[in-house]
Amino acid sequence: MKILTKWLKSYLPDLPVDDAKLAEDLTLRGIAVEGVYPLGDGNGSLYETDITTNRVDAMNHYGIAREAAAIYNLQLQPLDFPLPAPRPGDSPFPVKIEALNDCGRFTARVLRGITIGDSRDWFKGAEVATYFGLLEQKRISNAVDATNFAWLAMGQPTHAFDLDKIEGGIVVRRAHKGERLKTLDGIERILDSEDLIIADHVKPLGLAGVMGGWDTMITPSTTNVLVEAAWFEPMAVRRTARRHGLHTDASHRFERGADFNAAPLASALVSSILLANGGSIEGDLVDVRVAEFEARTADRKPVPLALNEVRRILGTTLDAEGITAATVESVLKALGCALSNRHEGQAAWLVSLPSWRLDLDREVDLIEEVARVYGYNRFANTLPAFGEGVRALPWAESETAVRRTLLSAGFHESIASTFCSAAEAALTAPQPGLTVPLGNPLSEEAGVLRPSLVPGMLTMIAGNLHRDVSDVRLFELGTVFSGTTEKVDERPAMAFGAAGSLPEQGALHPPRAIDFHDVKGAVEQVLAQFEARAVYFDHFPPESGLTPEWLHPYRAARVAVEGVTVGWFGQLHPRQASARKLKEPVLVGELYLDRLYKLPLRKPLAKDISRFQPVRRDFSLILDQSIGWEKIDRALAGLQIPELVDWRVREVFRDARLNLRPDANGSAREYSLLLGTTFQAPDRTLREEELQSFQARVVEAVGKAGARLRS
Amino acid sequence: MTNDDIPNLTAFDDAALDKAFGAVEQQAKSDAAAIDGPQAVEAFRLRWLGRKQGLLKEISTRWLKASPVEARKPVGERFKTLQALVEGLLEQSSVTGPTDAALAAEAIDITLPGTRRLTGAEHPITRTLNEITRVFAALGYSVGVGPEVETDFYNFESMNFPPGHPARDTQDTLVVANQDRRPLRDRLLLRTHTSPVQMRTMESQPPPVRIIIPGKVHRNDAQDATHSPIFHQVEGLCVDSNITFSDLKGTLDHAMKALFGSSVKTRFFPSFFPFTEPSADVQISCIFCGGNGCRKCKNSGWIELLGCGMVDPAVFAFAAQKQPAYDPKKISGFAFGMGAERIAMMKYGISEIGQLYAGDMRFLGQFV
Repeated sequence: MKILTKWLKSYLPDLPVDDAKLAEDLTLRGIAVEGVYPLGDGNGSLYETDITTNRVDAMNHYGIAREAAAIYNLQLQPLDFPLPAPRPGDSPFPVKIEALNDCGRFTARVLRGITIGDSRDWFKGAEVATYFGLLEQKRISNAVDATNFAWLAMGQPTHAFDLDKIEGGIVVRRAHKGERLKTLDGIERILDSEDLIIADHVKPLGLAGVMGGWDTMITPSTTNVLVEAAWFEPMAVRRTARRHGLHTDASHRFERGADFNAAPLASALVSSILLANGGSIEGDLVDVRVAEFEARTADRKPVPLALNEVRRILGTTLDAEGITAATVESVLKALGCALSNRHEGQAAWLVSLPSWRLDLDREVDLIEEVARVYGYNRFANTLPAFGEGVRALPWAESETAVRRTLLSAGFHESIASTFCSAAEAALTAPQPGLTVPLGNPLSEEAGVLRPSLVPGMLTMIAGNLHRDVSDVRLFELGTVFSGTTEKVDERPAMAFGAAGSLPEQGALHPPRAIDFHDVKGAVEQVLAQFEARAVYFDHFPPESGLTPEWLHPYRAARVAVEGVTVGWFGQLHPRQASARKLKEPVLVGELYLDRLYKLPLRKPLAKDISRFQPVRRDFSLILDQSIGWEKIDRALAGLQIPELVDWRVREVFRDARLNLRPDANGSAREYSLLLGTTFQAPDRTLREEELQSFQARVVEAVGKAGARLRS
Repeated sequence: MTNDDIPNLTAFDDAALDKAFGAVEQQAKSDAAAIDGPQAVEAFRLRWLGRKQGLLKEISTRWLKASPVEARKPVGERFKTLQALVEGLLEQSSVTGPTDAALAAEAIDITLPGTRRLTGAEHPITRTLNEITRVFAALGYSVGVGPEVETDFYNFESMNFPPGHPARDTQDTLVVANQDRRPLRDRLLLRTHTSPVQMRTMESQPPPVRIIIPGKVHRNDAQDATHSPIFHQVEGLCVDSNITFSDLKGTLDHAMKALFGSSVKTRFFPSFFPFTEPSADVQISCIFCGGNGCRKCKNSGWIELLGCGMVDPAVFAFAAQKQPAYDPKKISGFAFGMGAERIAMMKYGISEIGQLYAGDMRFLGQFV
């Protein structure tokens, strides 16, 4: 909101500081002045202010002047707009509040013989032309400008009706469903029983506290005016404004609580401006009040406040004296409170609250006022005593282990969108159907809470490849969602993706494409962080429908730990790849971390390294294509030879030219595998006879598993 | 010289022996001088000292063993000297290593770039969240967490945003579908701040509480350079007997110095949050210009970084429904919150918030 220091000074003639200092002091007391623009000689400055929603009372010149008076302990000029004596009317203008739960006060004043014209500086305290000029506020007519002036001066919304277009009198009521009203913005609105309106005895005149009506607006030919100044219940105004998609200065104020006592004063200000151009008042001010609202606003029960409570909450000040009873009293009085001592000689009070500060109604609200005006930066920086020991989240170490493993495997950590499209959710949800749509999504592509991290991972991989970043290694640790719109389950998950070649950088060695087994290695490294007896990878025939649809059916693996599925990974299904315009193979996978986190982290345990010479023996095996490494691996494990300390695949050849029992198409039905074994005893050098017996047992075991030795 | 080149001695007088041994010594010296690498060292060793075929073995056979008894002593002495010479030459050449010419042939271009293994980078947001939680862990704060999908009760009502309150307007909320028929307090939404974890924590444990809550939050905001519908906050809560506003100031002043350097100053000014009272915004002196004023701080010398305040008694009243020890007359506390993106962008010079969520390898690789 724009504020003129010239206007502020009209209420504070003794202001001892310049505009820059005033701006700083106001800001440090919660009236944030974000810009100070000097307006030239004698015109003061323009402040751009940003005032928090709880302080509607300060969104006007008088309200800010009151803050300055509190800061510098100054006398604030009272507002007073003397009016000429009214000519007696036939009878008071008829005003009825039917909506007793929505409207607390309605004042009406009849002005006759008014001349609508331009605005000028009417009198001291109504310098409309000067102030509007400095604010660059457009002048419209003396009637419109009068209500705007009252708003800018004291923050009270008012409205001026063309009296001659009102039929009968004023009724404040809920609208009837289907009633119509053309508002001042020219829009024809269809009303609802939710809407609070000002009506006459025949028709709606305006949306109460939000916007006036077109048909009763002031025109150049208006001569008789009804000035409205009222108090509406915040929720009633909010409901009406929201239903019509309106947010006006008036609704902003009423929604946050207007000053119950301001109506007569604002009415007097508007009336005196209009009367400055001629005309007269008819009858006394009509002032209808709802006692219940008056009791809840202007006549609230005083709030007890004790100095020791102020000190208990606020603590230590830089000034050794601290917050004193005198400080409390002077601050609160300056803000418009009245204090009476609860007991003689004790620093405890009953505080009567100003009608314009509906945000104050508890002891702590008053404590905040004391702290605020005293100055936050006059409090010391102290540290509380220690509480108790720091407890780590149960899965914190596991999460760190997963992250650290992937980082050291060369994957960058990423964060993707929490949302995905319904189609992506259907494709990737581990539990199909249990996806959670949003009621007001950011876009259709972000309509569902992600059931899997895979859609986000694919988007990020595609983003890189489409920008010609060809080597991609990414992972994300994040939450996935499943369930219904009644109950949503959240679980931690990890997704990873890779594309491009290895090594990633360096000119000296020929790179090769990253493949399934590269990422399988990363998965194995992650699993190796945990204590698990049985970790295995398996796959299922395509017809079983068990392999997720986003994976290549023959290049995908399920990860199982102790019989429980903990994830899937493999090559992205070529259909999905082409749908995303990805030409090169993409490897992608997801681990369900909630299941992994149930396992304890592996604790390193050192074994003594044997001092005796290890012996390496290699075996060249021929295997049927249907026999995987796993079978050989299990056969060797089954031998349980303690001296067989290591075995591994050294090479695999799959080449039709090996001419290993080619089938009708010439493809090899067999392949060759070089098995490397290492024998070592902890306590002795192995003898030749022992080694020969071990070798024989290896040959026998792999033979049973379906391998034969290559001659 | 091969083994066959070793002559059989016919005369064993000093002159003849000197001549014969002298020739062999000369040969050993010239062989040693020609050694140009580890393989040549080995060849020299085999040629001279080989147990079966070595030249010394041959000399021992032909000269020493064949010598008449009276010549044994002079031949033996000369042989020992020869043996010591050869062993000395071998040792010398082993230490000296290959010749410079041999090494020069193995030259490489060390100016070619090194072959780097890709090292993964922690995400700048993770890094920022961890930095902040570490600072507060040192002050006795445990990490607290809560769900990203929250109920209206925890996100708003228990944080003292009553139904229909205008303060709700400031947090545009993404909601789960099909909530209209449910009671307001049970309606599901994406949490707009990490504050609901305050209530969940207090409900589950009596005071004292010191928690730091890093987490992802969402708002229905349009994306621009500094706003994203997805972002992260770090919330803190400290409740105990005798927790004061000056404790809040001291705690945050310490934390900002720990995060941004000991020369950073803080200042507090009044603000409004429904769940704290008194409420404050905190500025730190500009970390770019030291408070002199620059483009980053819009020439103010200050950067606004967090919101905080004393826990509102209304919030304690909600907690007391499950944990009566949260009696606002007996305990007090403070809460604070900050945006991780803002801090990360400032610390790492990130200009567009959207870069944090795009997974661009080139962007992320800068944080290795």
